[in-house]
Amino acid sequence: MKGLLLALLMLPTAVLAVEPGEVLDDPALEARAREISAGLRCPVCRNESIDESHAEVARDIRLLVRERLLAGDNDQEIVDAVTARYGEYVLLRPTAEGANLVLWLAAPTLLLAGLGLGWSVVRKRSAAPEAGDLTAEERARLDDLLGR
Amino acid sequence: MIIELGHFALILALGVALLQTVVPFVGARNGWRNWMEVAAPAATAQFLLIGFAFAALTRAFLTSDFSVELVYANSHSAKPWLYKLTGVWGNHEGSMLLWVLILSGFGAAAAAFGGNLPLPLKARVLSVQASIGVAFLAFILFTSNPFLRLAMAPMDGRDLNPLLQDPGLAFHPPFLYLGYVGLSMAFSFAVAALLEGKVDAAWARWVRPWTLAAWIFLTVGIALGSWWAYYELGWGGFWFWDPVENASFMPWLLAAALLHSAIVVEKREALKSWTVLLAILAFGFSLLGTFIVRSGVITSVHAFATDPTRGVFILGILALFVGGALTLFAARATALEAKGVFGLVSREAGLVLNNILLAVAAFVVFVGTVWPLVAEMLLGRTLSVGAPFFEAAFTPFMVAIAIVLPVGSLLAWKRGDLRRSLQALLPALILAFLMAGLAWTMGTGRTILAPVGAALGTWIIAGAALDLWQRTGRSGLARLLRLPRADWGKAVAHGGLGVTMLGISLMLAWQQEDIRTAQVGETFAVGAFTLTLNAVDEVPGPNYRSLMADVTVQRGGREVARLHPEKRFYPVAAMPTTEAAIDNGIFRDIYAVIGDPQQGGGYAVRTYVKPFANWIWGGAILMALGGLLSLSDRRLRVAAGAAKAPRAAVAAE
Repeated sequence: MKGLLLALLMLPTAVLAVEPGEVLDDPALEARAREISAGLRCPVCRNESIDESHAEVARDIRLLVRERLLAGDNDQEIVDAVTARYGEYVLLRPTAEGANLVLWLAAPTLLLAGLGLGWSVVRKRSAAPEAGDLTAEERARLDDLLGR
Repeated sequence: MIIELGHFALILALGVALLQTVVPFVGARNGWRNWMEVAAPAATAQFLLIGFAFAALTRAFLTSDFSVELVYANSHSAKPWLYKLTGVWGNHEGSMLLWVLILSGFGAAAAAFGGNLPLPLKARVLSVQASIGVAFLAFILFTSNPFLRLAMAPMDGRDLNPLLQDPGLAFHPPFLYLGYVGLSMAFSFAVAALLEGKVDAAWARWVRPWTLAAWIFLTVGIALGSWWAYYELGWGGFWFWDPVENASFMPWLLAAALLHSAIVVEKREALKSWTVLLAILAFGFSLLGTFIVRSGVITSVHAFATDPTRGVFILGILALFVGGALTLFAARATALEAKGVFGLVSREAGLVLNNILLAVAAFVVFVGTVWPLVAEMLLGRTLSVGAPFFEAAFTPFMVAIAIVLPVGSLLAWKRGDLRRSLQALLPALILAFLMAGLAWTMGTGRTILAPVGAALGTWIIAGAALDLWQRTGRSGLARLLRLPRADWGKAVAHGGLGVTMLGISLMLAWQQEDIRTAQVGETFAVGAFTLTLNAVDEVPGPNYRSLMADVTVQRGGREVARLHPEKRFYPVAAMPTTEAAIDNGIFRDIYAVIGDPQQGGGYAVRTYVKPFANWIWGGAILMALGGLLSLSDRRLRVAAGAAKAPRAAVAAE
């Protein structure tokens, strides 16, 4: 985190993200605007959503989102419109299609593999004969301790 | 002159580290006692030399010696002394020097406290530790020398990034580094064990305190950074899934897994090769974190250095150590024979599940962190993987861990009784459902997050309490206080996790936000509170100018807090910062930020009410405290007994 610091480094001013003048009057629409904004990346910032960013372009996209909301578009249409203009890069939640499936399926796949492996290890351990015998080294040490 | 001596000391340290890598290693291989005995004094000498170099650099910062390029670039004579000090590691070169200082410090500590280690193991551990030192000392001397002079000393410096001039962040890097680098001990022990071909209970008992210490430091470091982000960045976010945050989170997850699997090795002599692999991977992720932060390859808000030679150098170090260790692992792991037998329902099986969940969770973070890089290099696509992905992909693992944790920790070793454990946990289950119901009624119509989080958090906390209670048998309170500290540590750390989960879910579910233009003198309502903007004044600071607001917070006509949010401007760095004002409370924070003056008068004001915010870091403190309690347990302190016993027995004859 040493570096969120730099988040602000590249920005002209560190003030407020969403400015008072941008907020929509209808609280339901505004809530939708915030939710959409949280999933869109500010194109010139590093890992900041447009909702958090102070950059000029983030403000432009926020206004665009709100404009489209007032025009009656649904959430997906708005996200598509922004993506069409600024590219896939603005999607903080990558699409789950094509090569991105690797990203989305990596965790469930590894979890299944891990559980399978864990299961076989535990099964093997539970079936293993009780290790009663000491190694030669341990036996020598035991003799030592017992003073034999 | 002192700077040149520091530089020279660092070069000598590289020589000593080389010696410490080779001589004890050869000694251990051939059984030459005097060669092996070189390791301990060499480790101490290496630490003292690097310590001297670090002190020399610190002195240059404190006395504002601008003939040193690094001081000129990162300090200013008007800066408060504390930030002159923290400026030492507030830059690439200095922070790498801190890295090797800590690395050699751990080596010296192992030399000092490792009197009871068998000599060949000790020699090998210190040799591996020194080889990491060689790599990073070479990295500093060849690519990131902090001791370079300027031909003409400038009148004043260019100042430290204002955002770094903050108490929360000042001590965040040292803690994080203590954690990252602390895992090098686990790595060195793992490699040494592979070289010897022997992993037993005693080995696990030696590895555990080092891993535990590293994990505690990582916990504190991550919590400090998150707390800093919360109050400094001005919107109360506490975690951003940024690559550099992930870089510290992955080793934390793996260190947590390692802690638990080492218990199985220690108590039951099983999961040996897995534990060794985890130790290698945990430090591997530390190195990866260093690579991400230091090379800037995954261009993040954090990227300090963007010089590719450095990145390639660290990548080489990463490939050498992780690749080498994994090759050794592949060749030798089969020699590590498991002994303990345990059933499908047992503490061991529970810990296996814990390890699977933690390791896969770490892997999720890893994949999400590197995917943009992979997509760009292999597919030519520039895409982002941000918080929404991690929230969707990572959270299920935490939910799963929360559900199984209390059950697993109550199961008996070897062969447990699931039904009895569940019966013992019945009160916790009932309490968890009650809390979920309460959260549901308090936040009707809002997200499902609050009830689920409340239930899981309560389940873990109550489960930890019941765990302690179970340990007392029927003899009650007196016994409770005499329980081993390890038991207390386990309960406190698990409880801390529950507290953090409660804090995160309730804060995210119930926070309220208010954005508005407020005139001076205006009164407005946010949630249950009434705020009044009394005044906005210009206030001078030591090396900045400040615009400070005066805000009164009332509830039911009674004043609850007076807040002074600021907007600062640092003229030397030409950078503004926001300083939020926060009224901390157990059940809620009130968080106020002042912004720019608006056209037509008034100021932009942002206010948040954040319920249970402090529980996030409170839980982290509890986790660290639990670790400390466990670390101070008699069993680990007297691990000595294990090795001393035979000698004593021989003497008694």
